[in-house]
Amino acid sequence: MTRHTGRGFAAINYPIGMNLGGDPSQALVHSNPDGKFTVALSAIDLGQGMKSVTRQIAAETLGVPIADVYVDTADSDTGPHDMGSFASRGTHRMGNAVIEASLEARSVMLEAAAEELEVDAGDLVTDGQGNIHVRGAPSRSITTMAAAQAAQFKQGRTIAGRGIFLVPLSDVDPETGEMSPVTTFAHAALVVEVTVDDETGEVEVVDIQSAYEVGRALNPGLVEQQLRGGAWMGMSHAAWETTEPYYPARDHGPVDFNHYVMPGPGDLATHHISVLERPAEDGPYGGKGPGEMCANPVLPAVVNAVYDAVGVRIDALPVTPEKVLRGLQANGGARPRQAL
Amino acid sequence: MSAQSGKNGFELRKDLFADERDDNLNEIGKRIRRQDIEGHVTGRSPFYDDHLFDGLLHIRCVRSPHHHARIRRIDTSRAAGMDGVVRIVTGADVPVNLNTLLSLLDFGLDDEPVLSHAKVAYKGEPVAAVIAATEAQARAAAQAVQVDWEVLPHVLDVEEALKPGAPTVNETYPANAFVYHGKYDHQKLRYGDVDRALAEADHVVEGRYEMSPIEQAPIETCGAIAAQEQNGRYVCYTGTQALFFSLGTASKVLNLPSSRLHFIGGTVGGGFGGKVDSIHEPLAILGTMLTGRPCKSQWDREEEMQVGAPRGAERWYVTDGVMKDGRITARKFTGYFDSGAYTRLSSYAIIKGVGHLPGPYTIPNVYADVYCVYTNRTPATAMRGFGITGVDFAIEAHMDKVAERVGMNPVDLRILNAYRDGDMKAHRRVAKNCALVECCQVAAEKAGVRLSPDPLAATSMTGGGGPRGALPAHTATDENGRVEGFSSGSYAQKDGVSVQPVAASKAPAMATGQRAPGGGSTPPQGVSAPSPAPPAPVPSQPAAKKPARSGAMRFSSLSGFRRR
Amino acid sequence: MAKIPVTFTHNGTDRAAFADPGQNLLEFLRRGLGDLSPKYGCGQGACGACTVTIDGQTQLACLVLAETVQGRDVRTAAGLADGATLDPLQEAFMDHFAAQCGYCTPGMLVSARALLDTNPTPTREEVIEAISGNLCRCTGYEPIIEAILSVAGRRATA
Repeated sequence: MTRHTGRGFAAINYPIGMNLGGDPSQALVHSNPDGKFTVALSAIDLGQGMKSVTRQIAAETLGVPIADVYVDTADSDTGPHDMGSFASRGTHRMGNAVIEASLEARSVMLEAAAEELEVDAGDLVTDGQGNIHVRGAPSRSITTMAAAQAAQFKQGRTIAGRGIFLVPLSDVDPETGEMSPVTTFAHAALVVEVTVDDETGEVEVVDIQSAYEVGRALNPGLVEQQLRGGAWMGMSHAAWETTEPYYPARDHGPVDFNHYVMPGPGDLATHHISVLERPAEDGPYGGKGPGEMCANPVLPAVVNAVYDAVGVRIDALPVTPEKVLRGLQANGGARPRQAL
Repeated sequence: MSAQSGKNGFELRKDLFADERDDNLNEIGKRIRRQDIEGHVTGRSPFYDDHLFDGLLHIRCVRSPHHHARIRRIDTSRAAGMDGVVRIVTGADVPVNLNTLLSLLDFGLDDEPVLSHAKVAYKGEPVAAVIAATEAQARAAAQAVQVDWEVLPHVLDVEEALKPGAPTVNETYPANAFVYHGKYDHQKLRYGDVDRALAEADHVVEGRYEMSPIEQAPIETCGAIAAQEQNGRYVCYTGTQALFFSLGTASKVLNLPSSRLHFIGGTVGGGFGGKVDSIHEPLAILGTMLTGRPCKSQWDREEEMQVGAPRGAERWYVTDGVMKDGRITARKFTGYFDSGAYTRLSSYAIIKGVGHLPGPYTIPNVYADVYCVYTNRTPATAMRGFGITGVDFAIEAHMDKVAERVGMNPVDLRILNAYRDGDMKAHRRVAKNCALVECCQVAAEKAGVRLSPDPLAATSMTGGGGPRGALPAHTATDENGRVEGFSSGSYAQKDGVSVQPVAASKAPAMATGQRAPGGGSTPPQGVSAPSPAPPAPVPSQPAAKKPARSGAMRFSSLSGFRRR
Repeated sequence: MAKIPVTFTHNGTDRAAFADPGQNLLEFLRRGLGDLSPKYGCGQGACGACTVTIDGQTQLACLVLAETVQGRDVRTAAGLADGATLDPLQEAFMDHFAAQCGYCTPGMLVSARALLDTNPTPTREEVIEAISGNLCRCTGYEPIIEAILSVAGRRATA
């Protein structure tokens, strides 16, 4: 028995959002009497961090500390329409809607502050710490709390904003497929290292060296979550998972986690991640959506690495010991290449 | 934010594209704790199943044991008398028992019953739902529902399903393929003249690739809980990934205005695409309408894995024309998405996939025929990478073969062919904001893969446009796969008519706290006798006008601006 | 159905409640007591989302008959914090971005706490072993392992 090492490469891009019926998201933002803000959405947080990234976007745009913003989602009585959390659209679409809503609320807040300070609203800036002051003159300032109180109990202003971001539907040409599928793309490339046991056919993914381009990492912690967890899922798709192991036959379909297997904490590959940021011109602060594309390059990189290790091409996922052994048998044994 | 030590590091390469960003923002770009994290670590985050209701009833479905069968008779009489059983629901109880998810977006024809009454087209398809006091009682009664099946021939392979004489899986699309634009049995991509370019290429590299069906496997299974609210409204706690998709679907199939529905969700135990299908919300609300009590519909793990829609399988044939220096001059695809028995979202996966071809490369001649195929298996739906993951697997496995054929380092090959700013893409839009070259360079550098001088010096901002930004002088088109009987001018509509729900019935009476409304034309506890034949593809009403905009909720504008 | 009285300790508090015959501990805790921190993920004892401790040992609540906890000490994720003060493991999970959807998190934390209670300075391999019965579909496990090790390290140097 020999364990052969091989490396495989893959590169991908990924469209952000969908192109059906138009792809809108809406957001509402309003201030409490003390200048703390609520963002009302109907977006879904299924772990990707929707609540957290929209909270950061709202705080940045409003010019207030993150602690002064809370995102409430998803209640159909209070949150306006959103298409949903899929297609890597959340950050891009909802982020833009939250920016628009926050800008409207911010402008009212600044008008209220301007009236109190007896200056032009256009001369005011926020310091991100809860203060509004005249540009270049930090001493001429008012707190966001005082501005909100003045607006709501003295001036009669509603500090609130509405936002929508709509990418209109693009027709698809039946004859040529001409379309505007999306407005921006994320990118990735990675090198995967595997070992292949030529006696058992077992493939182990041992290391991933990746580069992911995500527009802007709005919260590097959230981005890392997606990329690390997503690459794990890609490795799982490549060498572990299937609902129908003998597709297209439906026999032997797993019905529990003892048969639908995924890599556990003892099966992990090391993964070094480099994040590149080329902002999308229509993305919220340049952000794209890292949530889906992170898994995609791992699948082909694994089969390319298996070929590099033992000379067996596996063109039907998942890579199983059975397929590896059949390939080795057909080749008359392992043919290590180690070309990459 | 600097690189951590060890092989599990994370770094931001701020040196790249630095002049395109302002990195001095207050909150953006910071590693700030998640808003929801304290709820997660204390177990207080409110998932849909974390809402307790007194007197909650449980819904379990009766499912087909066959890949394909006609329903001769459903006998619920014995089950109805079992302990704890409150009500047994069949297709006749569903106000609008035919739907397709993307009808909310005016895309495709209604083709899937909520509870099938005439035939089943996959193993696991629901034909009745038992509502009982406990989950165990609902399971026991579901076992006791007797269905008289007439087993039909089935087809499981995508290419077999498209052959003449294959069993019709889905009567709405009798040839087992979704109809695009009312015109073709596949979506076309035509850019340049692939056949000529293949003939002129130094090498032709062919491959066949298959993506397995995959379970989304969120740790929280799909489900919803409904209860009567007040003023004739229903509250629905749901694990949906798309609140208004689920609300709109419930509104349509239950024939209820959205003002009577109050959906609450947003905290979901993983989705990965598997929680878009809006299966449980209508069932739970219907149960509440019929019983007057809170109802929960929830998959167990076995259902999640075999009944819940997976990422569909895909099969791709790829042929490349390559020159000796590694330039790819032609790429041709034939793709089959295995949609399973019904459309769900696969029809759109293909649109998305076709817009993605030929991958992140500038190739002057590209051709694709991509089919959404019906087979007798669990319907497919979305999953992370929807429409893209499978074909990216095919493309990147194929690129490795191309590299080997021309004797190039595979990273050099990618960079040589990578799309750059200003290049024309096969969907006929100019590329911008590209970064593939830089990703390749960074990954190779980290892994110690030595690149040739030109790829090492390349950038996404240079080398594109010019002749690479021009549309092909000639594009070969064809009318292969022409379909009759569907109207043109839209994605997929039957010619001149709208298809009516096969089992449309009156809306269920509002429950007033009694056991069940019962009586009348719906025999809830006894034998329901469905029509002997499968639903006819042709509507019973002649040439009905398309419903006015006052009908079901839509997330699209019929008269709206459609950009090219 | 005759109900079964069960007296036991739940997160340090004496409780008395009625269980249905055949009811599992998961349902009993959730619907009977309103402790929603253990989660249903499979009902097959394979995912670990319902992990609790009984007399200090980790158990899968979906596989335990409710009536068998009579007289025993049951602890769940809801009892990890000391009043308003979170367990250091909870703090570490927050800092290390060790949860995404949060559904496996309560069970994962119970397993991690049980490990550290018996082995305050575990190795990476021991951490992996301790959480190997808790499935996570989001994180790829690495941040969870790091979070647990960070607490172990803190205690080791204390």
